[in-house]
This record gives sequence, structure tokens and C-alpha cells, in this order.
Amino acid sequence: MKRLLMPLVVFVALAVLLGVGLTLRPGEIPSPLVGRVAPDFTVESLRNPQRSVSLSDLRGEVSVINVWASWCAACEDEHPYVMALADEVPVYGLNYKDERDKAIAWLDRQGDNYTASLYDPDGKVGLEWGVYGVPETYILDAEGVVRKKHIGAITERTLREEILPLVRQLQAEAES
Amino acid sequence: MIGELGLFALVLALVLALMQAALPLAGAHRGQRQWMAVARPAAVGQLLMLALSLAALATAFLQNDFSLAYVAENSNTALPWYYRLTAVWGAHEGSLLLWAVVLGSWSVAVAAWSRQLPEIFVARVLGVMGLVSVGFLAFTLLTSNPFERLTPVPAEGRDLNPLLQDPGMIAHPPMLYMGYVGFSVAFAFAIAALLGGRLDAAWARWSRPWTTAAWVFLTLGISIGSWWAYYELGWGGWWFWDPVENASFMPWLTGTALIHSLSVTEKRGAFRGWTVLLAIVTFSLSLLGTFLVRSGVLTSVHSFATDPARGAFILGLLILVVGGSLVLYAWRAPRLAAGGSFGLVSREMALLLNNALLCVAAATVLIGTLYPLALDAFGLGKVSVGPPYFEAVFVPLMLPLLAMMGIGSLVRWKRHAAGPLARTLLPAATATLCAGLASLWWLGEVPPLAALGLALSVWIAWTSVQAVADRVRGRRRRWQALRTTPRSVWGMALAHFGLAVFAAGVTVVSTLDLERDVRLAPGESIEAAGYTWTLQSVRSTEGPNYSAERGEITVNRDGRTVATLYPEERVYRMQSNPMTEAGINAGLFRDFYVALGERRADGSWTVRIQLKPLVRWIWLGTLFMALGGGLAITDPRYRRLTERARLGAEAPA
Amino acid sequence: MTVRQRRATFVLLIVGGVMVATALALSAFRENMLFFFDPSQVVAGEAPTNYPFRLGGLVRDGSLEEVDEGLMVRFSVTDGTSEVPVTYEGVLPDLFREGQGVVVRGTLREDDVFVAEEVLAKHDENYMPPEVADSLRTTKPGEDRR
Repeated sequence: MKRLLMPLVVFVALAVLLGVGLTLRPGEIPSPLVGRVAPDFTVESLRNPQRSVSLSDLRGEVSVINVWASWCAACEDEHPYVMALADEVPVYGLNYKDERDKAIAWLDRQGDNYTASLYDPDGKVGLEWGVYGVPETYILDAEGVVRKKHIGAITERTLREEILPLVRQLQAEAES
Repeated sequence: MIGELGLFALVLALVLALMQAALPLAGAHRGQRQWMAVARPAAVGQLLMLALSLAALATAFLQNDFSLAYVAENSNTALPWYYRLTAVWGAHEGSLLLWAVVLGSWSVAVAAWSRQLPEIFVARVLGVMGLVSVGFLAFTLLTSNPFERLTPVPAEGRDLNPLLQDPGMIAHPPMLYMGYVGFSVAFAFAIAALLGGRLDAAWARWSRPWTTAAWVFLTLGISIGSWWAYYELGWGGWWFWDPVENASFMPWLTGTALIHSLSVTEKRGAFRGWTVLLAIVTFSLSLLGTFLVRSGVLTSVHSFATDPARGAFILGLLILVVGGSLVLYAWRAPRLAAGGSFGLVSREMALLLNNALLCVAAATVLIGTLYPLALDAFGLGKVSVGPPYFEAVFVPLMLPLLAMMGIGSLVRWKRHAAGPLARTLLPAATATLCAGLASLWWLGEVPPLAALGLALSVWIAWTSVQAVADRVRGRRRRWQALRTTPRSVWGMALAHFGLAVFAAGVTVVSTLDLERDVRLAPGESIEAAGYTWTLQSVRSTEGPNYSAERGEITVNRDGRTVATLYPEERVYRMQSNPMTEAGINAGLFRDFYVALGERRADGSWTVRIQLKPLVRWIWLGTLFMALGGGLAITDPRYRRLTERARLGAEAPA
Repeated sequence: MTVRQRRATFVLLIVGGVMVATALALSAFRENMLFFFDPSQVVAGEAPTNYPFRLGGLVRDGSLEEVDEGLMVRFSVTDGTSEVPVTYEGVLPDLFREGQGVVVRGTLREDDVFVAEEVLAKHDENYMPPEVADSLRTTKPGEDRR
């Protein structure tokens, strides 16, 4: 009888291992920034070098910061969904480690309804924010606190299931 | 509209699966004939609903209905219609639906070809399969609904992953699932036998053709996948010991063990408990494979987009199915009677060793696949276990297995005196020794292990031919003897011969292949492996949904062009990832294999050139193995004996 | 063989087989297990020299250059704080790009250049090599200050 229980014992050990493995979620990187007020910055506007934009301009309503670059293929993939998101909430594009003319050409080609485009050619803001690759997207509540960091391209599914619900919830919180 | 229809059909299928599971199992328990009779119609109805659901999804793909999220994410108007059709199972949700359809098909197949079996047994088998189906349909509906709507409806879809836009991918998943899911039949037979407490030779005879059929599909599915990886991934490798590949290989190993132990249980009544356990383990490994591929605990080139809710669901399913059946096994197996006895030198013993080696091999693959996960789970660091581990472990286990195979197909059941057996094996052993020495001498600097591999291929090929030839020798009417040789013997010989071809191919391609990365400007040549490889030109071309740089490379020997290759570097418009399409010239004895890398600043290209001797033998061998299995299934003996078994079975009732 | 003898053989075979498998697996693990290091660990001297391991991080923007007329390329792998120069001779994978995740297998030379034998890159939206993700988790620039 004991002998016959052996396969079951092995399986239980395996199941526990798999259960633990499931909680590890390889590929997910928690950001220490989430839950804190986003680091402030003042950078040039992408399309207008004379104008500068600060984070404090963004306070007062729910906003989204989308980090992108013209050399990033995944950014092209996610761009339609980012633009769809911009219909719901102000989305600021943070152009990361890029050249101005290339970035503007890219925006003209791919479509641009960002509320404003910020220009960060040497990745200074990116360093402050802990950007390690593009694309990345940050969701800020009305107080300027980072509520979510999304790494990688936004897909139809992540937009629908993760980002939009959160944005709507934050907007509701801000109104009440 | 079509989406709602598909979803509705899917829900109905779940309801029918519930009926197929609950009523027959309860009926079998309480002796209610009417309840048991529900099994067959419920199985047929379930399959009809599932087929309708799959057809609805396929229609949505063909009509570019991007209001379905799944279609929008995996298709595109520029995609050719046949790839739109295969995109149905190109990602998680649709492939899960395909899985359910395949399970439904196996259930109906069992329902149709089980008229000779006792009613109560069929009710239990179909009930267990219904239970499995309930689990998977609930999983689909709750976490992975392929008919989810999308608002606003996008004008264009995101396109199918370019790697999957390929004819090999049309056939690979269905074949693989036919194999994976097919083992659910063997599993259900085992559970039904445990429930009924009747585990005997008749049970083994009933499950044999089903197990072999699943094994044939799995063999084909794995080798199509390997063939696809060979020409599509552009590295020229045919097996990567990737977690997802391992997930399909583990059930294949235990499934192969199961086929052999079933033959002992059928012929000699021995190994009963072991055979039942193997049937459970094989299907459990199929389920484990599903978990590994879809839960995201392991990352791999093939894995689907992942979601922890899905992982938790499948883990729960896994625990229910596997845990439940192992409890049942521990509870019921002690009642099993022991089978007939056998001698130390006997076919039983050979197959016992075969089983031990195959299971140990499966265990080492499992350990290697899960080891990084275990280390990570206990916070002991990040490691990777790559092909070197698997090769170091696998080869020492396979060599004795190959040696044992030659003996196994010639040794007699029950007892075979050592002297006569040695005389039977003498010619084969001589041929093997000669082949080993010849390959050492002829091929020059081959490693001794390669010579051993080639020698063992000859050993298996010789003994598998001899397995048929010995039935004929000494008979007066040879033709008659050849014709009356059972198809299962022919099947075994062919499958073993296939393994010999496979082993020879693997040995040669892994020791004698040539690979060089070079940099070539258009018009430039390079000498490699006795051939002159010339990059004639690189031109831009346009495909239906991609643009490409297409190279033309000629391979010359002694001033004569042997092959012209057209490797491509493609960029798919929607997903804008570059992708290599290798240029391959296939031959029975060698493949020329060329892949373009990137264009360098001075206009030259990096090119990977490979010469792969006997690489085709790998897939030729697996094809023979599958054909051998197919031949064994058609043995009329199974049908005759099941009729006899039915008479025996109904007598005591 | 009698039933008892057979059962004994059976158990013996399985136990023996498992032992052989464990021995094989352990020895193979010892020789073939590749440890993973990130650039900070390499710069801190934690990684062995002249012994194969895997290095992961991001290809630093603008660091990819051709070394000579042949296939040799050079690039830097960074985790945000430190970076390691890498040389590689061969065809780079399709998905290799600057600013994206990469895992290279090879050995670290005495002069602190990592000589790669294999370069793996994949950067579609759902994939980040787990080791890279992890190394970025532990050594993020500037974040701990806040």
C-alpha cells in the first residue's frame, strides 16, 4: 500500500513546486515607483524646443505617460492602442533617447493625438523614472502618484482588461 | 452574430459534456442502464456543438471579423486565406478550442468503435472522458473565451505571428493534440478498469489500438514540429530541448513505454499495476505539458501569452485529474492479481528493461525541465539547463535501450535459453561489429560514440528485419508464411527499423555537420566542405504581407552548380519584426542550408552556411515509426479478440 | 521467476534506474548548468573568468559596432548601473536590437571583455528573459533613493 502511494507523493511535491512557480511570474518587474508621487521633471516639448513641460503641469487630473522611441519596433505595434487610450484620458508621450526630427517624422507617420510630446534625448527623465526599455507606460492619478507601470507594448487585451478599467476607476475616484 | 453562435455552441457543449460525465458514471455505479445509455448520444452531441463552435470561429477569421478580440489579435486582411484558417489555432484561446474538438472526436471514436465492449465499461470510459472535457471547456469559457467582443472594432487586425505563417504550422498543432489528447483514451480505459476492478488481458487488448493510435499522432506531431523548427527558425537545429518540446517529448517516452508494457499485459497478463500507472502518468504528463506551455512558469520560444489566472486554473485541473486518479490507483491497485511468471532471459524481461529505461529517460527530462524552476522557487539563483545537460543524460540512457531493442524483438516470451538466443543473435551481432569497425575506419576521425551509434543502428535494422524473416525461414511455403505474419509484427519491425534510420540520421548529423558564419558581398565566394558557395545577389521582393531581401546563393562543386538557394530576410508589415527564412536544398543524403543575417555597413551580408548530412533520415525514421504504429493498429486480431472477449465478459454477468 | 522474485526484480530495477538517473542528472547538472550574472555582478568581480556563464541585460543604445572586415561585432550589455563590453563573431539573431533585452552565453576574458559564443534576443511584448527581468529588479538606478 505504501509503495502504491509513492506516485501520489511525487505528484504532490510536483504540484507544490508548480504552485510556487506560478507565483513567481517571470517577466514581471515591480516598480518601486508605483504608489509614490512621480519624480518631477522639466523637459523640452518635442515639437517646440522653446516650450518646456513640467510634471507639475500634469497634476489635477488622471494622466498617462507613454515612453516611446522611433527606433523601437514594439512602439509601432502598440501605437494604435495608445492613441485609442488618448481618446479617454490625457496621454503624454515621452520620447526617449531619440533624435528630434526622426521622432517628429515617426509621429507624423503613425498618428499623433498625444496631449503633449516630451523630449528626453539623453534619457535623463528615463533614468529618474527607472525606464529600462521602451515602450513603457505609467498611469498617474490626479495627485500625480504613479498607480501602475506597464512594461512592454500595450496590446488590445492589456488596454481593455488592465489599463482602461484602472483609468476609469481613477477618474471616478478623482471626481468623488 | 457568428461570435454569439460559436459561444452558444460552446456552452451547449459544456452542458452535454456534463451529461456525458455525470449520468454514465452514476449509472455504472448504480447499475442503471438508461443512464449509461446517455454516454454515446451525449458524446456525439458534444462533438457536433464543438465542431459548430470551431466552424464559427473559422468563419469569423475568413470574414476578417475583427469585432472578435481573438481574430483582431491574430489575423489581418492581407493574410492569405489558408493562414487565416490556421490562425484559428495560432494562439491560446483557439488552440484550446481545437484541443476540446480533438477530445470530442476521440470520445466519438470510442463511442463508435466500442460496440463489442461491455456497456458498463464503455459508460465509464466515456464518463471519464466527459469529465476531462468538462474541465477543459470550463477553462476555455472562464479564462480564455475565443469569442470575446472588442469595442471599438478595429479596422485592421494585428496579424498572425510570422513564425506561424507556414505550412508546417497548419498540421503541427492538430497532430500534436491528437496525440496528447489521444492518451486520454488510454487514461480513461485505465480509470474505468480501476473503477470496475477488472484489470486483465482483455482490458489491455482493448486499450492497445487506442494507445498506439495516440502514439502515432504524437510521433507525427512532434516530428512535424521538429521539421518546422528546422526550416523556419533559421538556426538549422532540429531539436532544442526547449521546455515546450520537452513537454511533448515526456508523454511520448512514457507512451512508448506504455505500448510495450500493454503488450506484456495482453500477452502474458503481467505488469498490470505498472501498466495502469503508466497510462495515468502518460496522460498526466500531457496535462503537465499544457500547464507548462500556458501558465507562464517557464519561458520559451513557443509559449503562449500567459496569464496567472489561467495557470492557477490548469494547476487546479491537474491536481484534480492526476491527484484523483493516483488516489484511485493507490486504493484499487492492491486488488490486482499477479500475472504469469517468466524467466530471466525472456521478452518480458527485455520489455521490463525497456520500460525502466524509457521512464528513467522521461524522469531526467522532467528534472531538467523543472530544475531551474525549483532553484528559483527556493531562491537559490537563476540557472539555465540547456542542450548539453540533456545530451549528457540522454545519450547514456538511449544506448542500452537501443541495444536492448535488438534482443527484445527476437527473444521469446516466458523463457528463452541463453545458448539458442545467442545463436539467433550471432549474425546481427557480427554485422553490428563490422559496421562499427567500418565506420571507425572509413569515416576516419569520427568520435567513438558516433561509431557506436551507427553500429547500433545497424543492429536494430538487422534484428527488426530478422523478426519478420525468422517467421519465414525454414517454412516450405514462404510466401504464405510472409502473408500470414500478423500485421502487428510487421508494424513492430517497421517502427523499429524507423528508429534505426532515425538513430543513424541523428548520429551522422550531430557529428559530421558543418556550420560556418561568413560575411559575403554580392558576387563573393567562399570554400567550405568541399563546395564553393557564392552569394550571387540580394534583391528586394514583396510578399502578400511582408517585404523581404532575397538572396541567391549558388553551391558549386568541380565547376558544376549543385544547388541554388534563396534565403530571405523578411519584415512583416504589421508586426515589423525581422524574420529569417532559410534557403534549403534538401537531399536524401545531405541538405544545403543557408540563412541570411544582417546587412553590414559596406553592403556585404552576414551569412550562415550549413551542410547537414543525413538530416532527412531523422524525419524519415519517425515517419517509418508512425507507419509501423499505423500498421499495428489495423491488425484484424484486435477486432476478432474483442469479440471473443465480449463473450467472456458477459458470461459471469 | 516466482511472483515474489519478479516483484523484487521490478522494484530493484526501478530503484536502480532512479539512482542511475539521479547520478547522471547530478553530474550533468554540475558540468552543464549555466549560471546567470548581470553586468553589476560581473563588474563587482563575482563572475568567474574563463568559465562559461550567461550574461543578461540590455544592449546599450549606440554601442553596437563592427570590429573588422569579418563577422566580429562589439556591443555593451548594461543593467542601468554597470556595463560589460561583449564581442561576438557570428550572425546576430533576428530580434537583436539596441536598447532591447539580450542574453549572451560565453566566457569572461582576463581583460574583462565578455566573449560570446551565443546571443539570444527576443523582445516581443510578452517576453523578457526572466533572468534579465530579475537583474533589473535588483539593480535599478536611482530608485532606492526615493
